[in-house]
Amino acid sequence: MSDPTSTGTPDQQEIRQEFMRAGAQNIALPGVTAEESALPVGDVGKPRSLWQDAWEDLRRNPLFIIGTILVLVLVVMAAFPQLFTSVDPRSCSLSNSRQPPSSEAWFGYDLQGCDVYARTIYGARASILVGIFTTAAVMVIGGLIGIVSGFFGGWTDSIASRITDIFLALPLLLGSILLLTAFPSTAETPELVVIGKVVFALAILGWTQLARIMRSSVIQVKNQDYVQAARALGASSNRVITRHVLPNSLAPVIVVAMISLGAYIGAEATLSFLGIGLQPPVISWGIAINDAATYVRTSPHMLFFPALFLSVTVFAFIMLGDAVRDALDPKLR
Amino acid sequence: MGQYTIRRLLQMIPVVIGTTFLIFAAVWALPGDPFAGKCGDRPCPEAYVAEQTARYNLDDPLIVQYVKYMGNLLTGDLGDTFRGTRVIDELAVALPPTLKLTIIAITVEIVIGIIAGVLAGLRRGSFIDNLVLLSTLVVISIPIFVIGYLAQYIFGVQLGWFPPTVGTGAPWSDLILPGLVLASVSLAYVARLTRTQLAENMRADYVRTATAKGLPRSQVVRHGLRNSLIPVVTFIGIDFGALMGGAVVTEGIFNIKGIGGLVFSSIQTREGATVTAAITFIVIVFLIVNLLVDLLYGVLDPRIRYE
Amino acid sequence: MTATDVTIEPGSESTGDEPVLVVEDLQVEFRTREGVAKAVNGVSYTVDAGETLAVLGESGCGKSVTAQAIMGILDTPPGFVTGGSVRFKGTDLLKLPDKERRTYRGESIAMIFQDALSALNPVYSVGRQIAEMFRVHRGMSKKDGMAKAVELMELVRIPAAKQRVNDYPHQFSGGMRQRIMIAMSIALDPEVLIADEPTTALDVTVQAQVMELLADLQRERNMALILITHDLGVVADVADTIAVMYAGRIVEQAPVYDIYHRPAHPYTKGLLQSIPRVDAKGAELYAIKGLPPNLIRVPPGCSFNPRCAYAQDVCRADPPPALERLSGTRAVACHFHEEVLHGSRQ
Repeated sequence: MSDPTSTGTPDQQEIRQEFMRAGAQNIALPGVTAEESALPVGDVGKPRSLWQDAWEDLRRNPLFIIGTILVLVLVVMAAFPQLFTSVDPRSCSLSNSRQPPSSEAWFGYDLQGCDVYARTIYGARASILVGIFTTAAVMVIGGLIGIVSGFFGGWTDSIASRITDIFLALPLLLGSILLLTAFPSTAETPELVVIGKVVFALAILGWTQLARIMRSSVIQVKNQDYVQAARALGASSNRVITRHVLPNSLAPVIVVAMISLGAYIGAEATLSFLGIGLQPPVISWGIAINDAATYVRTSPHMLFFPALFLSVTVFAFIMLGDAVRDALDPKLR
Repeated sequence: MGQYTIRRLLQMIPVVIGTTFLIFAAVWALPGDPFAGKCGDRPCPEAYVAEQTARYNLDDPLIVQYVKYMGNLLTGDLGDTFRGTRVIDELAVALPPTLKLTIIAITVEIVIGIIAGVLAGLRRGSFIDNLVLLSTLVVISIPIFVIGYLAQYIFGVQLGWFPPTVGTGAPWSDLILPGLVLASVSLAYVARLTRTQLAENMRADYVRTATAKGLPRSQVVRHGLRNSLIPVVTFIGIDFGALMGGAVVTEGIFNIKGIGGLVFSSIQTREGATVTAAITFIVIVFLIVNLLVDLLYGVLDPRIRYE
Repeated sequence: MTATDVTIEPGSESTGDEPVLVVEDLQVEFRTREGVAKAVNGVSYTVDAGETLAVLGESGCGKSVTAQAIMGILDTPPGFVTGGSVRFKGTDLLKLPDKERRTYRGESIAMIFQDALSALNPVYSVGRQIAEMFRVHRGMSKKDGMAKAVELMELVRIPAAKQRVNDYPHQFSGGMRQRIMIAMSIALDPEVLIADEPTTALDVTVQAQVMELLADLQRERNMALILITHDLGVVADVADTIAVMYAGRIVEQAPVYDIYHRPAHPYTKGLLQSIPRVDAKGAELYAIKGLPPNLIRVPPGCSFNPRCAYAQDVCRADPPPALERLSGTRAVACHFHEEVLHGSRQ
C-alpha cells in the first residue's frame, strides 16, 4: 500500500489526505451498506455512473447551489462590470476622499476619492482572471506531469517526482514573492503583462500539488482491472490514457482544482497587498485593501467592502469544491 | 528505522541542491539586468554593481556561479545589502522574534486544531460539528492579511485586549495576537483534517474489533485517534511552508522585526539580496522540518519503517 | 464453494442442559435514504456449551448483522434492533444499559472477523493488542499482559512467539493474523465465540489449519462456537448444527448430517446442488436462478418464492411460512417441506 520510493506518503493515503484536506461535510443518511443492498428481482435499473450519481447529490445540495450562483454572479461581474454600476471607477476627485457610504456612493469613497463600489465591482475582473488562468495553467502543467509520471512509472516517474519535490520545497507565497521581486513591475508595465506575471508566478509554484494528486489518482486507476483489460486487448498507451485512465482519474483533480482556484484568488490578493502583485492602475481588491489599511480606524468602509467581496469569492469556490468532493467521494456514500 | 532515516536523508540532498539552484537561477541568472529593482527605486550604485559582480562571479558560467554561491552560503556569507550591512547579520537579528512567533502559532495550531477536530469528528452532524465546519471554512476563505487587519483593529484597537503592534524585543505577550492570526488558517485545516480522519477511522474494522473486545469508549477512541493523527502530523510539516508565507504578512501587519518582517520591508525597499537570502534560509528550514516530520511519520506508522 | 470428500457422522444430540446463548425473534432494521431494510426478520437460535452452530447463507442474508446485534456492535445509525431478545445464561443482553453490556463483550462473548489485516490495529504491536484484553478487563500490568500475550500466541501455534510479540500485524501472514485474532478473542476464556467468516480470506490449506485450531480450542474449553459462513465445505467438518438463513430469516435448522443428506427446504437443497461434484464431470453446473430480494421491498409471502421450483400460490401470499419444528433437532420454514424431503420434484 505504501511506496517507499515516493516521497514518503502512500499514494492512496495521499489522495485521501488531499481529497479530504478541506474536510468532509455531513452525510444526511448513509446509503445502504454493501451487505444489505441487492437488486430487486426482475427490476434491474440502469446502473448510474459516478458522475451521474454525483450530479444527483449536487442538485439537492443547497451549498452547491449557493456556491454556483455566487460564482456565476462573480463571473458576470468580472466580464460585464457595467451591468452592476454605471460609475467609472477611475473618475476620482480628491474632494471626496474617504467619504463614508451614502446614497450616491453605496460603499463610500476611497483615499483618492474614487467610488469604492465601482472599484470593488471592477476589481472582480483581475481576481477572477488570475484565478481562472492560474488554475487552467496548473491543471495543464500539473496534469500532464502527473499523468506521465503515474502512468509510465520507472525512470520517468523518478525524475518527475524529484522535480516535483524541488518545486514543492518552495512554498507558494514565498516563491511568488521571490519571482515577482526578481521581475518587478512598475506603474508603466501593461496590465496584461502584470496579470501574466502573477499568473506565471503562481502557476509555476502551484502545479506541484495537482501533479501529485493526478499521479496518485492515475496509479490507482491504472491498476484497475478494466485498464489491464484494455491493455491486454492491445490498446495503445495513448488510447488507454485518454479513454480509460484520464476520465477516471479526474475526480480528485477537479475537486482540488476548484478549491485551489479560491486559494489562488486569495494568494493574488495577498501579493497585491504586499505590493508585488498587481500594480495600479490595475484595479484589484488586494490593492484596495492595501491602500485602505492604514485608515482602518477612521474609514473602515474602504477596507471592509473589498475585503468582503474577496472573502465571499474565495468562500464560494471553496464551498463548490467541497460540495463536489463530497458528491464524488465513493467512501462517503 | 535507521535505514529509513538514511534513505530520507539521501533523498533530501538532490532536493536541496535543486531548490537552491532554482532560487539562485531565478534571481541572478535569468535574462535581463540582474540588478533591476534590487536597490530600491534607483538603479544600483556603480560600486555596488562592480563589487557584487566580482563577489558573485556574475561573469562566470552559471554552474560556477552557483557552486561559489553555495560555497559562500555554507560559510555563512550571504552577501551584503546595498546599504552596506551584511545580510547574515540582519537574518541573525531577525530570527528570535520569528522563532517565538512560530512556536506560538504551531502550538495553537496543534492544540486547538486537534481538539476541535476530535470533538467534531466524534459527533458527526451535531451542533459542534457544523460549527467547526462552518467556522473553518470561513477562516480559510478570508485571506490572512484581512484576518490580520481585522484582528488588529478589533482586538488591538477597539477592545484593547492586546497591543496592536509588537514592541521592540518582541516580548511573548505581545506575540499572542499575531500568533493566533498566523495560526488561523493552518488551524482550520488541521481541524478539518483531524475531523475527517477521525470520523473515517472510527468506522474502520479495527475500531469495531476494539469495541467487540469490550474496551471502554475512551480506549476505543484512542485506537482510532492514533491512526487519525498520522496524516495530521504529516500535514503540519507540509503546511510549515505556508505558515512561513503567512509570517511575512503577519509580521508586516503587526510590525514584528522578524524574518517575515525582513522580507516584508525588503520587498518595499526593493532589497533583492535580502529577500533572496531570507527566502533561501526559510526554504532550507522548511526542508529540514519536512525531513523531521517524515522521520516522525516513520516512528508513528510502523508500516512505513518496516518496508 | 468447494467439493469436499467428507464423511459426515450423524450429529450428537444436545446434552439437554440449559443453552448458554438463546436468541429469540431478533429483529434488526436499517433505516436508509431509500427506505427501511429489514435485515433480520425474526431470527431465533440457541447454542449450548461446547456446541458448534454454523449459520449459513449468502451475502446480504443477515447472518453477520445478527452476530453484530448479539455482540452489541451494530452500526447505529443506520442499524436499529427493533425486537426480540438475546439471552446469555438467562440475562437478556438487549435490555442491559450500555455500561453493563460492555462487561460481557470479550469476557463472556467474543467475536473474530473475516479480514484480520483490517480488523487489527496496524499501528499497535500484536502483543499489545492481545495484552489489552488483560490490562483492561483484569487490570494486569503491561509486563504481565505481554507475558500472557506470548502464552496465548504459543497456544495458537505461532512460531517464535516470544520474538514476534512486538511485531506488527502487517508483518504476519494471513493465516497467522487470523490466529492472533483468535488468541485475542479467547484470552479471557469466553463462553461463546462468534466467528464471522474466519476463513473466507484465507487459502484452502490455511483454512483447514485455522478451522482445526478453532475446533481444538473449543473442545478444550467447552466453548460454544457460532460459525458464520457461506462456505458449505468449511462447515461440514466442524459444525454440529446448521442454521440456513435467507433474506433475514432462518429457513431451515438441523443437525449437520440432516442438512447434507436430507434437506427440507428448497433453498438448502439448491445450495447443495450448486456444489460442483467431481463425479459429475461434463454435466452443466447448477445454480439457483434469480437474485436475493431487495430488503427494502421484500416480496409478500415466502421471500424465496420467486426462485423456488416448488412455489405455489400459497407461497406468494402472506403470511410467510413460519419456522416449524419437525423434530427435537429440526425446524424448517416451508409449506412444502414434505415434498422437498422426499425429493418429489427437481
